[in-house]
Amino acid sequence: MKFLLQRIAFYLFTAWAAITINFFIPRFIPGDPVTSLINKFQGQMSTEAIQSLYVLFGLDKNASMWSQYIDYWGQIFRGDLGLSFTFFPTPVSEILGQSLPWTIALVGITTFASFMIGTSLGVLAGWRRGSWLDGLLPVTTFLSSIPYFWLGLLAITLLAGSDSFFPSSGGYEPGLVPSWNGEFIGSAVQHSLLPAITILISSVSGWILSMRNMMVTVASEDYITVAHAKGLSERRVMVSYAARNALLPNVSGFALSLGFIVGGTLLVEIVFSYPGIGYNLFQAVGSKDYPLMQGVFLVITMSVLIANLIADVAYLLLDPRTRKEG
Amino acid sequence: MKAPVLEIKNFNVDYGLGDQAVQAVRDVTLTLHRGEVLGLAGESGSGKSTLAYGVTRLLPPPGVISGGSVIYHPPGGDPYDVMALSNSELRAFRWAETSIVFQGAMNSLNPVHKVSTQMLDVIRAHEPQLSSEARVARAKEMLKLVGISADRMDAYPHQLSGGMRQRVMIGMALVLEPQVVIMDEPTTALDVVMQRQILAQLVELRERLDFSVLFITHDLSLLVEFSDRIAIMYGGRIVEQAKSADLYKDSLHPYSEGLLKSFPALRGPRRELAGIPGSPPDLRGMPTGCAFHPRCPHAFDRCSTEIPVLGVPEARNDPNREVACWLPGRVPVG
Repeated sequence: MKFLLQRIAFYLFTAWAAITINFFIPRFIPGDPVTSLINKFQGQMSTEAIQSLYVLFGLDKNASMWSQYIDYWGQIFRGDLGLSFTFFPTPVSEILGQSLPWTIALVGITTFASFMIGTSLGVLAGWRRGSWLDGLLPVTTFLSSIPYFWLGLLAITLLAGSDSFFPSSGGYEPGLVPSWNGEFIGSAVQHSLLPAITILISSVSGWILSMRNMMVTVASEDYITVAHAKGLSERRVMVSYAARNALLPNVSGFALSLGFIVGGTLLVEIVFSYPGIGYNLFQAVGSKDYPLMQGVFLVITMSVLIANLIADVAYLLLDPRTRKEG
Repeated sequence: MKAPVLEIKNFNVDYGLGDQAVQAVRDVTLTLHRGEVLGLAGESGSGKSTLAYGVTRLLPPPGVISGGSVIYHPPGGDPYDVMALSNSELRAFRWAETSIVFQGAMNSLNPVHKVSTQMLDVIRAHEPQLSSEARVARAKEMLKLVGISADRMDAYPHQLSGGMRQRVMIGMALVLEPQVVIMDEPTTALDVVMQRQILAQLVELRERLDFSVLFITHDLSLLVEFSDRIAIMYGGRIVEQAKSADLYKDSLHPYSEGLLKSFPALRGPRRELAGIPGSPPDLRGMPTGCAFHPRCPHAFDRCSTEIPVLGVPEARNDPNREVACWLPGRVPVG
C-alpha cells in the first residue's frame, strides 16, 4: 500500500511537470496563436476584437506569466482548455470529448485484441517450440516491418472503394447522426474494420515474439521441471507455471501500449481520415491551432501517465516479489 | 535382502541423435530396495543427474533415452516398466510413486505462487477426490514434519530462506507419500549446518514414512555416513557398488579409492590427502577400454583395450559388492 501511494505521488509530480511544460512551451515559441488567427481573418478585425482574443486565449499581455500560470491551472480543473481556432469558436474540450471515444474504441479494442491474440500465440509457439508455430514468427515480423502508413494505403487501394464493403475513410456513413442505434453502430463497425485489421497486423508480431521468447526462457527454469515432475497436466504446467511467469514483461508492455493508444494513432487516423484524436492533432498542426494541440498533448500525457500507473499496479498484483511488505 | 522397489536395467541416455550423440549414461544397472538409501556418487559430468532425470523421463531435449528399462514395483501390485507408460499413466506415476528433490533449492519453487498453491496443486492433480480442507490439512501436516510452521503456507518463495525452501521442497516431495524419493544434490546450495539439519530430518522422516531414497551427490563423505549402499559412477557407467561401510573400509575400484582419499577421515590415523590426477573424461571422446585408465595409477595394457564389466569380484565372494575393474582379484567371477 505504501508502495502504491509512493507511485501515485510520483505520478502526480510527473503530471504537474508535464502540465507546466505544456503551459510554457507554446509561450516560448516565437509568434503567438492570436497572430495566426488574425492572419486567418486577413486583417478584418478591430483592435478591440484582437485584444479580447488575447484575453480569450489566456495570452493577455497585461497579465504576468505567473498569474497566467495560476489561471491556466484553474482552467484545467474546470475542464476549460480554451477555444479551438480550426473549429472556432468550439471549446477544445468539446472537440476532444467528441473524438476521444472514437480513438479509444478503435485503437483500444484493437490493442487489447492484438495483445490477447499475440500473447496466446506466443505462449503456444514458445511452449511447442520447433513446431510449425515457429513459422508464424518470420511471417508476422515481416508484416510488422511494413511501415504502417504504407500498409494502410495499400489496404485502402486494394480493399476499399466505392463499390467495396470496406469504406476508405471516416468513422461512419456521412448521412448518419451519431446515436446508439443499430444502423449507426453497424456503420461505425464497418468503418473501423479496415483500420483495426491493419493495426492488428502491424502490432501483433511484437506480442508473439516477446511472449514466445519469454516462454522459451521460462521453460528452462527449474520450477518448470519440478512442475512436470509433480505430474501436473501439460496444460496446467503451461498456463499456471510457464505462461503465468512469462507474462510479466508482456503485461507491463501492454500497459505502456495503452498509453500510446491516444498518442500513437496519428498515422492510422490520418490514413483512414478517422475522426479520432490523432486526426484532431493532424488538423491542429496543419492550421496552427495551438489550444487544440495543447489539449491533445495534455490528453496524451495524461493517458501515458495513467497507463504507467496501471502497469505498476498490474505488476504489483502479478508479481509478489515487487511487493515490499512481509 | 529386501525386495526391490526400483530396478534400473541396462539404462542408456544420449544427448543428441545419430553420429553427434554423446553417451552420457551407458548400460547402467542399479537396484533400489525398499526402505534403503542408495547413494550415487561421482564427479561433475559423470552422468548421475542425467540418470535421475532419465529414470523419471524428465530429460530436457536433446536428451534421449536410447535403451534400457526401469521396473517399478508398486506395493502389493504387479511391477511395470516406467519407460513403457503412456503420457497420462506417467503423469499419475510421477510424484505419487516417485518424487524428486532437485539440485537448485532456490529455483525449484515458482516465485509467483504461494507455497500453499504449489503444495495443493500437486495433491489436487493426484487425488482429486480429496476435499479442499483435507488437502490443506495434509499440506500443513507435511510442512510441520519438515519443520516449517503452518502459517508459512501463505508465504511466497522469496520470503523464505534457502534452507526453508529446500525443506518445503522435501515436504512437497513427501506429501503424496511416494515409495521412492530421488534427491539430486538436495543440499548443495546450503551451508554445512543446514545440510546436516536437513539430512538428519530426512533420516527421521524415512523411518516414519518408510520410503526409499536415491541420493545423488558428489560428496562421498556425506554418503558414507548417510546411505545404506553406495554406487560410484564414472564416465556414465557404474564402476563400483557396495554397502557403505564396505566401500569406505575396502574400496575395490581405484576411482572410488581416489574419491575416498580426497576428504579427511574424522577418526583413525592421520593420512595424506590425495586428489585424483587429471580431469573427468570428455564425453565426446571417451578413452578406449576402461574410461578411468588415463588417470588410474594401476592401469595396465588390458585397461586401455577392453571395457571392464560390472560384476561380483573374484576375491570377495560377496553378492552385495560389484566392481568394474581389470585389476587382479577384482575381475568378475565367471
